[in-house]
Amino acid sequence: MANLLHLNLRSVFVPSLSSRRHSSAAPRRHQFRVEAKVREIFMPALSSTMTEGKVVSWLKSEGDQVAKGESVVVVESDKADMEVESFHDGIMAAIVVLEGDSASVGSPIALLAESESDIALAKAQASGSGSSGSDQKTEAVAAPVAEPEPVLAPSVAPVSAPVSSPVVKVASTHPASEGGKRVVATPYAKKLAKDLNVDLGTVVGSGPMGRIVAKDVELAASSAAVSEKPKVAAAAAAASTVQLGSVVPFTTMQGAVSKNMLESLSVPTFRVGYTMTTDALDALYKKIKSKGVTMTALLAKATAMALTQHPVVNSSCRDGKSFTYNSSINIAVAVAMDGGLITPVLQDADKLDIYTLSRKWKELVDKARAKQLQPQEYTTGTFTLSNLGMFGVDRFDAILPPGTGAIMAVGASRPTVVGTKDGRIGMKNQMQVNVTADHRVIYGADLAAFLQTFAQIIEDPKDLTF
Amino acid sequence: MQSSLSLSLSLSTPLSTKANSSTPRSIRFCGLRREALVSNLTHRHRPVPPQRIQRSRVPVSCASTSSNGSSASVKGGFDYDLIIIGAGVGGHGAALHAVEKGLKTAIIEGDVVGGTCVNRGCVPSKALLAVSGRMRELHDEHHMKSLGLQVSSPGYDRQAVADHANNLASKIRSNLTNSMKALGVDILTGVGTIVGPQKVRYGKTGFPEKEVTARDIIIATGSTPFVPNGIEIDGKTVFTSDHALKMEWVPDWLAIVGSGYIGLEFSDVYTALGSEVTFIEALDQLMPGFDPEIGKLAQRILINPRKIDYHTGVFAKKITPAKDGKPVQIELIDAKTKEPTETIEVDAALIATGRAPFTKGLGLENINVATQRGFVPVDERMRVLDANGELVPHVYCIGDANGKLMLAHAASAQGISVIEQLTGRDHVLNHLSIPAACFTHPEISMVGLTEPQAREKGEKEGFEISVVKTSFKANTKALAENEGDGLAKMIYRPDTGEILGVHILGLHAADLIHEASNAIALGTKVQDIKFAVHAHPTLSEVLDELFKAAKVLPSELLIRPKKLVSRKFLREICCLTYCKLSSLPIFEAGN
Repeated sequence: MANLLHLNLRSVFVPSLSSRRHSSAAPRRHQFRVEAKVREIFMPALSSTMTEGKVVSWLKSEGDQVAKGESVVVVESDKADMEVESFHDGIMAAIVVLEGDSASVGSPIALLAESESDIALAKAQASGSGSSGSDQKTEAVAAPVAEPEPVLAPSVAPVSAPVSSPVVKVASTHPASEGGKRVVATPYAKKLAKDLNVDLGTVVGSGPMGRIVAKDVELAASSAAVSEKPKVAAAAAAASTVQLGSVVPFTTMQGAVSKNMLESLSVPTFRVGYTMTTDALDALYKKIKSKGVTMTALLAKATAMALTQHPVVNSSCRDGKSFTYNSSINIAVAVAMDGGLITPVLQDADKLDIYTLSRKWKELVDKARAKQLQPQEYTTGTFTLSNLGMFGVDRFDAILPPGTGAIMAVGASRPTVVGTKDGRIGMKNQMQVNVTADHRVIYGADLAAFLQTFAQIIEDPKDLTF
Repeated sequence: MQSSLSLSLSLSTPLSTKANSSTPRSIRFCGLRREALVSNLTHRHRPVPPQRIQRSRVPVSCASTSSNGSSASVKGGFDYDLIIIGAGVGGHGAALHAVEKGLKTAIIEGDVVGGTCVNRGCVPSKALLAVSGRMRELHDEHHMKSLGLQVSSPGYDRQAVADHANNLASKIRSNLTNSMKALGVDILTGVGTIVGPQKVRYGKTGFPEKEVTARDIIIATGSTPFVPNGIEIDGKTVFTSDHALKMEWVPDWLAIVGSGYIGLEFSDVYTALGSEVTFIEALDQLMPGFDPEIGKLAQRILINPRKIDYHTGVFAKKITPAKDGKPVQIELIDAKTKEPTETIEVDAALIATGRAPFTKGLGLENINVATQRGFVPVDERMRVLDANGELVPHVYCIGDANGKLMLAHAASAQGISVIEQLTGRDHVLNHLSIPAACFTHPEISMVGLTEPQAREKGEKEGFEISVVKTSFKANTKALAENEGDGLAKMIYRPDTGEILGVHILGLHAADLIHEASNAIALGTKVQDIKFAVHAHPTLSEVLDELFKAAKVLPSELLIRPKKLVSRKFLREICCLTYCKLSSLPIFEAGN
């Protein structure tokens, strides 16, 4: 617990370095001073086309004396890097935009205090003018012993996704680490850790003599991401009727259903089909195809969006006694390989935008072809898509992969003569899908509702691109 | 000969004073500025004996037929007019020029023709850098994509890379050897030792030694990698540039001790081939010696985005090679307090802490010369000075061995300067006109003074300096190549238009610098060179931008009260085109 608290506080402190130095009670005393004692240094417009600038480096650090006309910061514009000079004398009180970060033209990037005594005021101002979150930071500074945040994770984590590997605090065992006091990591690993916000102290090194290498950091970052998910899921679940990532025991009836199902078939599946119009989807696809978006990604995205509203269709039955509501929506897509079939997984398909998803899909396919998929990249699917439509198949049904609740077979979209609502006969592109589901957890009504939602998304796909 | 020499020496003081105080028109200048000459007044200057001038004119026809001076032409009973000890780039440059000037020349090589540069330095490293540059491009997916190219997973064959470097070295070596043979330069093998005035002994170990005499001797023995005490070199896991160039393996994690040219170039090579690099630099900043602004930008382009980290302000006190399954251990101590800071463990360590002169066994004691930290003391004409600071007649030293400027082309230029003096034309090389380059991607190049050096000089001598800068982002050709990273800056005198220094970081910077170095060497002023035309679109326009941006002001403007025309104001006027936002406060200043 103490550890957790410590970590918590640290993560709060880090971004607000500026407010750290003279924090103790000082801000309040100077609250009523005149504002003009603290001046802002703005992101300048270095060219007529510049809207945003990146702070390349600060030539002055906090606490430095600055003379009028002295260069304080190097800013990178769309054309060149330029030094920006101060308009006033003063003391650099707070740097608001750190090196490497960008700010829009005209926004304050640092605060200049007129005299020593104004530094605290400037700092208070800096933390106030930051993001909305910085208010909380100041509070945290003022009350470091405030009640620790209730620890969400443990209550959810044990039952959460099987992918989450616990983050263990293990000191590096490298001999040069002086008994774990020092972290031995390669230059790139250090850089990655900084970029990915990974604490190297918690990473287990796999390099020579326990040295931390880049891939250890990547692994740590991805497992950290996984372990963070329960929180997000929990929040989302509150809105829904069921607790995502939780286990809800069968009612007696459900248990009986399960039993009966098992008795009739080892995997009790059933199928539900649906026909939907794809003109809008086709148009959208045509429009964004040039940006690298694939039909597979569009379908995966639509499926994931529909699943968010129907978590039960994303659930599975593992022991014949319970629903396992999966914490994330991972869409597995069947890909034919020479001599087989593999199902690369688009993890968190509901949370990624369509372009990222398309890129990810391309990566996965490339990896699959190169036979370089990692286990978690093909075993973690919670819902499977099989698209034989791309080969002209207009309808088929699929067998449910074990461990998941449902699979959707997507047929080809083809021009069909249909009667429209206004009583006319028209030509529309229509596609048939057919979902096979594990009836122990997913019922016909679930599938029907899910398919309805899915069809709505396909027929009005504007949400797919956000 | 001897008598005539002593006579001339006794005459030398009045003569030289006269020569120097009168207008220097009689002397040919190469990159020699007036002030360089004025500072020579105190030095004794050997006038040229009349018969030598004559002699030097006669064999001009000889030179045109490209043959070594015949022994019959050697006056005074010497075997040769000139013996050069060391056949590196410096010795080679001197030999070629000596033959052109009709001197019968021999060159003594104790190792391999080409010396460090060709065999263990600039040449093979350029081969590796050519590979690393391409690897970098191919791996930069974003860059490739923005050019519309698609490349799938590029890789490399280490041995083939190593072979390329090695083949290049042998090719250049044979070119060098052939060029000397074709001219009839006698190549004597063995270690050369000066045994007395105008007398050199040479021979391979195990063979009888021979003695030859020559009227003049040039020492051009170069340098070897400098390895500080406490560092144990095993050639495998702890090595110098000599071993690194053989590219026997590519370690996962390489520590590079020293972040000068050599370290920086190797970091470029190794990171391109997949290594991660840790720099260990004794000074507080990486890349000391570069103009600070260039250094800062170089860090942003060449260090920060790459798989490189660094420790600055620390010495590597002890480095133990990997053995018994243990990695290389490097003990670091604080450069100032000498307190141990930490021990790091890496797969390999490259020692790039500079180079030490190779002057042992030269027999310098036989002519009463004491080396200074191994360097042979010389005056500005490369004439060797003895332990009492007196000129040693007939002995010159060029290149790394004198330590003036440890660059291959500087050695060659010094050699040519010596030959000019030997054949009757006084010549002082302006070292400020010698360009230097670091062949990273992108390259860095420089000539003349850095901005702080220029400021210091300006303050001391009472002149203003101005700086103009331009970005490669503003150059069409650089943008076409999608290589907009980079900066060029010029430091000059706004009163006279004299170029004091030019520093470039950017695509092909090493090739671009020569327009500036030639301008400095020839004394061309900014206001003149700005009218020279540059082809469009070329990278050379980067310099064109600098020249055009520079403002040379009439001197009366400059002597106005400081309050009105501050240095800052001048800088502003001079940088108007490229001006930083700083132009704004000026208007404020007027209020």
